[in-house]
Amino acid sequence: MNPRRWEGVRKALFWGVALVLVFWTIFPFYWAVVSSLKPRGELFTTPVLYWPSHFNWQNYVSVFTARPFGRNLLNSAIVSTVTVIGSLVIGAFASYALGRLRFRGKGVVLYSVLAMTMFPQIAILGALFLFVRALGLYNSWWGLALTYLTFTLPFTVWVLTSFFRETPAELEQAAFVDGATPMQTLRMVLLPLAAPALVTTGLLAFIQAWNEFLFALTFTINDNARTVPVAIAYFSGATRFEIPWGEIMAASVIVTVPLIVLVLVFQNRIVEGLTAGAVKG
Amino acid sequence: MVIDRPEPLLLEEAATGGRGGVTLAARQARLGWLLVLPTLLVLVGVALYPLVDTFLNSLTNARLGSSRAVRFVGLANYKDLFSDPVFLQAVGNTLYFTVVSVAAELVLGLLMALVIHSRFPARGLMRAAVLVPWAIPTVVSAQMWRWMYNDVFGVLNDLLMRVGLLDAPVAWTASPGLAMNAVIAVDVWKTTPFMALLLLAGLQVIAGDLYEAATVDGASRIRQFFSITLPLLRPAMLVALIFRTLDALRVFDVVFVMTAGASGTETVATYNRRILVEFQQLGYGSAISMVIFLIIFLFVLLYVRVLGVSEE
Repeated sequence: MNPRRWEGVRKALFWGVALVLVFWTIFPFYWAVVSSLKPRGELFTTPVLYWPSHFNWQNYVSVFTARPFGRNLLNSAIVSTVTVIGSLVIGAFASYALGRLRFRGKGVVLYSVLAMTMFPQIAILGALFLFVRALGLYNSWWGLALTYLTFTLPFTVWVLTSFFRETPAELEQAAFVDGATPMQTLRMVLLPLAAPALVTTGLLAFIQAWNEFLFALTFTINDNARTVPVAIAYFSGATRFEIPWGEIMAASVIVTVPLIVLVLVFQNRIVEGLTAGAVKG
Repeated sequence: MVIDRPEPLLLEEAATGGRGGVTLAARQARLGWLLVLPTLLVLVGVALYPLVDTFLNSLTNARLGSSRAVRFVGLANYKDLFSDPVFLQAVGNTLYFTVVSVAAELVLGLLMALVIHSRFPARGLMRAAVLVPWAIPTVVSAQMWRWMYNDVFGVLNDLLMRVGLLDAPVAWTASPGLAMNAVIAVDVWKTTPFMALLLLAGLQVIAGDLYEAATVDGASRIRQFFSITLPLLRPAMLVALIFRTLDALRVFDVVFVMTAGASGTETVATYNRRILVEFQQLGYGSAISMVIFLIIFLFVLLYVRVLGVSEE
């Protein structure tokens, strides 16, 4: 084959692959949106309709009126926020020590934390259930936020530690020469410097907590205490066999939209944080 | 990785001794432990203690919500596991899920990473687009796909019949041979972006002059891919593979929502929860938990090892 034609084939192939990948990624969202907006009669028809005759917002209304979905959103928001604040506050101290101070046993702590980032939640489900119940935190926000620290805290410590390690030593030395104690250095020099890293880590921890399912499923009992993922998993219709697909899709769209906005706004940060969390640890 | 770099801190001063009879180094050590203490306390409380408790429970016949006296049964629960056909089937299913999904994610993730890595218009848009499946809750992606898989009103059957790949509608999530593959497809859709991002980070650190030199030497693009890209991408691939394998071994959400473990999709994690929550068998369930923990722990050791080695 002559080089020019080969180049043409290569280009066509590249665009073909790129288009298929984008279609595969996007189509399920398109389908969720279209399904959520279909009038009821058009949702359950064959052949399938790829575009509704008109937009019907009923599903979005009934998600909030016929179900406690607003309450579920609030639960998720509070649990995730508390989890993030907890992980950042507790984690920032540990990360400063692990990234900046020198002491014996540090390596062991660091590797234990790394190992913990991959801790299987299911392995402690039964025992944690007893623990949460004994503390009187069953079916509450605080029980979930506390148990979510199992996975957000190690992750936060690990990513922030690698960040603290990479900040230049000169600033700290200058603070030290000026007579600042290590805690003052942390508060006045390092934390402001770490603000972007805190935002990134907080964001990733938030997404982890927001998406968590197993603990939320097991440590809550009624509709009003459920977080969004559990609520969406348990959406049911009037009878056992009738699945309210329109409402499920509406709820799915409602949770997805803020995440899309977050991803678009913080794209670079998220990618950085993810690769720092994995490749660096 | 950054772990073993010599510490930049103000430690020259440490040698000169400290104020009040305590050396600077000793004060720093004390402060260090003080600062990691809260983290250690929390992790001991919500992870280590429950883990030890799980192990202890696994040696008993304890039941949840029962006042019956708990009896120590030694390793009986573990022995029972080996003759429990559902458990053995769940192990097989989990391994199948892990191997197939991780392999598919690696191939597709590499393809995706290569596409995003090349310079073309709309590249930024594509990078943003692939992040979205990663960001949404697994439960949501499972529900979206369950609706697309619907045997009567699902769009998947319709699309495949339109292009002539299917003659009649298929019950994707209800047929034993198909259901697990349908679940795997959802997992692949949701996590390939993560794989792609890790591989993309690996691609971006490969120096451009290597390709230029290879082009000067007359190596074809395909040859360059196999002789430069793949070997240099190995560390990133290894990390991504282990990471995904760990996740796949404990798969729960996607299976629970799509099939609840029916139609040959029961995994170790879904079975574990069923035993604990539905059958309330704390002792037996804890034994299953310990098995999952041990398998994953081995992988974590491997992972830490690989990270340590890949630093050189």
